[in-house]
Amino acid sequence: MPTSAPEFPRRRRMRLRLNRQQINGLVWQIVVVAIAVAIIGWLWSNALHNLSVRRISTGFAFLGREAGMPIADSWLAYSPRDPYARAFIVGIVNTLRVAVVGIVLATVLGTLIGIARLSSNWLLSRLAAVYVEVLRDVPLLLQLLFWYVLMQGLPAARAAWKPIEGVFLSNRGLVLPAIPIEEANLWVIAAVLAGLSALYLLRRQLVARQMADGKARPLWPYALALLVGLPALVSFGLGASWTITLPELRGFNFVGGLTLAPEYFALLIALVTYTSAFIAEIVRSGIQAVPKGQWDAANALGLRRSFVLQRIVLPQALRVIIPPMTSQYLNLTKNSSLAVAVGYQDVVSIANTTLNQTGQAIEAIALIMAVFLTISLSISLFMNWYNARIALVER
Amino acid sequence: MISITDAPQNPLPFDARSRGTPAGRAVRWLRTNLFASVTSSIISVLLIALLAKAFVSLVQWGYWNAIWIVSGNQSGPCRSIRGHGACWAVIPEKYRFILFGTYPFNEQWRPALVCLTFIALFWVSSRRNWWRKELVLVWAAALVLIGVLMWGGVFRLSYVSQDRWGGLPVTLILATFGLAFGFPLGIVVALGRRSKLPAIQSLCVLYVELIRGVPLISLLFMASVMFPLFLPDGVNIDKLLRAQIAFILYAGAYLAEVIRGGLQAIPRGQHDAADALGLTYWKKNGLIILPQAIRHVIPPLVNTFIAFFKDTSLVLIIGIFDLLTTAKTSIIDPAWQQFSVEVYVFVGLIYFVFCFAMSRYSRQLEAQSRPG
Repeated sequence: MPTSAPEFPRRRRMRLRLNRQQINGLVWQIVVVAIAVAIIGWLWSNALHNLSVRRISTGFAFLGREAGMPIADSWLAYSPRDPYARAFIVGIVNTLRVAVVGIVLATVLGTLIGIARLSSNWLLSRLAAVYVEVLRDVPLLLQLLFWYVLMQGLPAARAAWKPIEGVFLSNRGLVLPAIPIEEANLWVIAAVLAGLSALYLLRRQLVARQMADGKARPLWPYALALLVGLPALVSFGLGASWTITLPELRGFNFVGGLTLAPEYFALLIALVTYTSAFIAEIVRSGIQAVPKGQWDAANALGLRRSFVLQRIVLPQALRVIIPPMTSQYLNLTKNSSLAVAVGYQDVVSIANTTLNQTGQAIEAIALIMAVFLTISLSISLFMNWYNARIALVER
Repeated sequence: MISITDAPQNPLPFDARSRGTPAGRAVRWLRTNLFASVTSSIISVLLIALLAKAFVSLVQWGYWNAIWIVSGNQSGPCRSIRGHGACWAVIPEKYRFILFGTYPFNEQWRPALVCLTFIALFWVSSRRNWWRKELVLVWAAALVLIGVLMWGGVFRLSYVSQDRWGGLPVTLILATFGLAFGFPLGIVVALGRRSKLPAIQSLCVLYVELIRGVPLISLLFMASVMFPLFLPDGVNIDKLLRAQIAFILYAGAYLAEVIRGGLQAIPRGQHDAADALGLTYWKKNGLIILPQAIRHVIPPLVNTFIAFFKDTSLVLIIGIFDLLTTAKTSIIDPAWQQFSVEVYVFVGLIYFVFCFAMSRYSRQLEAQSRPG
């Protein structure tokens, strides 16, 4: 038949076009990958050549060599005669020390300011708005230098400010009263943690049983036993001491207590205040994202404002808040690398010193990347898990 | 049947709200905004007391006891009031260095003109009715003008080498060029990440996640230390240019993520319709998808610009003379060493003005694009 004859080539052409699209895609991919490989290969061969000219051997063997770099502020035992690997571990601990404390404090401060911005008190909400606007619009590095300069301008240890008994603020940093932590104390802390996780599992079970039969079961006797009884028992059994030691001025410096070095303290203040401004905005928009009807309904039930906020609005707001909060935590962790500007030795600063001493540029940068990628991934994983958990609350 | 919507929106009677003496209105305002409840009143009183105290000591330090000008680089009078009053005299003494760095003193009208050109360029680009193709030409012309003014060497302008540049122009150059080149890069990477071709997609994911996963400082270290290693012998790129490349790569990754958000918001129908018209991939994206996607994400884009502008200050750590570095260097002078707070406040104010303008602009755009 004459009519069916032209149909064949047409259909074929369509198929050809589809194939051409696929071929196009394939060609594009090959071209892009080839260019990428060529560029990386070229850079790599240049690097190998330059390294051999400068007599720098590649590889991580340098980590075993003596570092010879002093680290002033460290929680771990460290001396300049230790190898580079040890210095790096000290740096990682220093980074985590400022990041973890910073995240906790920034969350608390940011949430308070975010709620203050929504306050019905005009003065409070305006003040919070000014705080957010000023801190967000000035570079963090500038703020850090500013805090550090203020810190250096504080009186010497002899004339330290004493806002409360046992707390000293001077150009040596902040000195706080502390409880000396020994092995027995660590066991007690472990007991508290074990009690907390047991309580968490117990609560889940109790809630499940209440779901089944509708009878409310009190949790507090268990809480008392697990969080107070168990640690107290462990403390008695091991004879842990909980005396608070107050710092004292002896000669030119302080003895006893917990000292936050000015570098650490300045970095912490800068990170916390800067990040809290962003967190405040996230919290504010999260709360505002909860429909007004939820407030109205809760008010109609005659619930107290604080109860409404805690039990009705915040759980819903959290779902909006968590994802941007995660990226703020990541930012804070990455921003902690500004430490190098005030001489707090975090992992980036130590890698930089290593790089200058050994010339192992590629390895040092690779280590920084590995450390930060690991931290970023852990924070993301944890926050995704938490996010999934609160998302499940929906029934 | 009583409908709730029939009830007056505001419980106050009409005349009570709009009439009354100014004093009466003020009292009413105070009552609703500051003393609505016992808690609110306590907070207000505490805040007023705190603010008054802070205000008094700030005025005492910053104005009452401050020294505004000294003659002949003498910081003696300032030192005698240290701790009680600010020494603003450091600013007139040092502002030329803070703003323009080590640029030849008699030629500093050139970087000043460059800064004004940048500001005019930003202003023009922020007008909605100016968003046309001609804007690209304006940008090209402005960038050429900036290059001519900074380098010189033509039109009887003396040549000034790059290592003498400093201060505000360097900050503006790093930020503007970083964004101008990072933006197209971001678009390409965002499209690549949404592409169905696995090799291209994974390359883009790798690039974005690697850059976003590490601190900017490590990228800058890389630029200042590793770039020379990666180049063949004899090729030497200037330090400022190396940092600029690092900034472009950095901006590209962050902008790509913002633009990807916009791409995801475009309904599938738009893709299908473009395909049905027989448009090629580039035409489809360039004419249909990207214009809509970018319009969606203008507010977060401006926020990224703000963050980027602030981040340029990190070049301090690798020793490039941007605004913050010149500020920090200006107080190395032993005579003025103790007055860094004043200098930081001054520089902070400059950064604040730029960022605040951008954030206001972003909020205005957001309000315009909100439906209704």
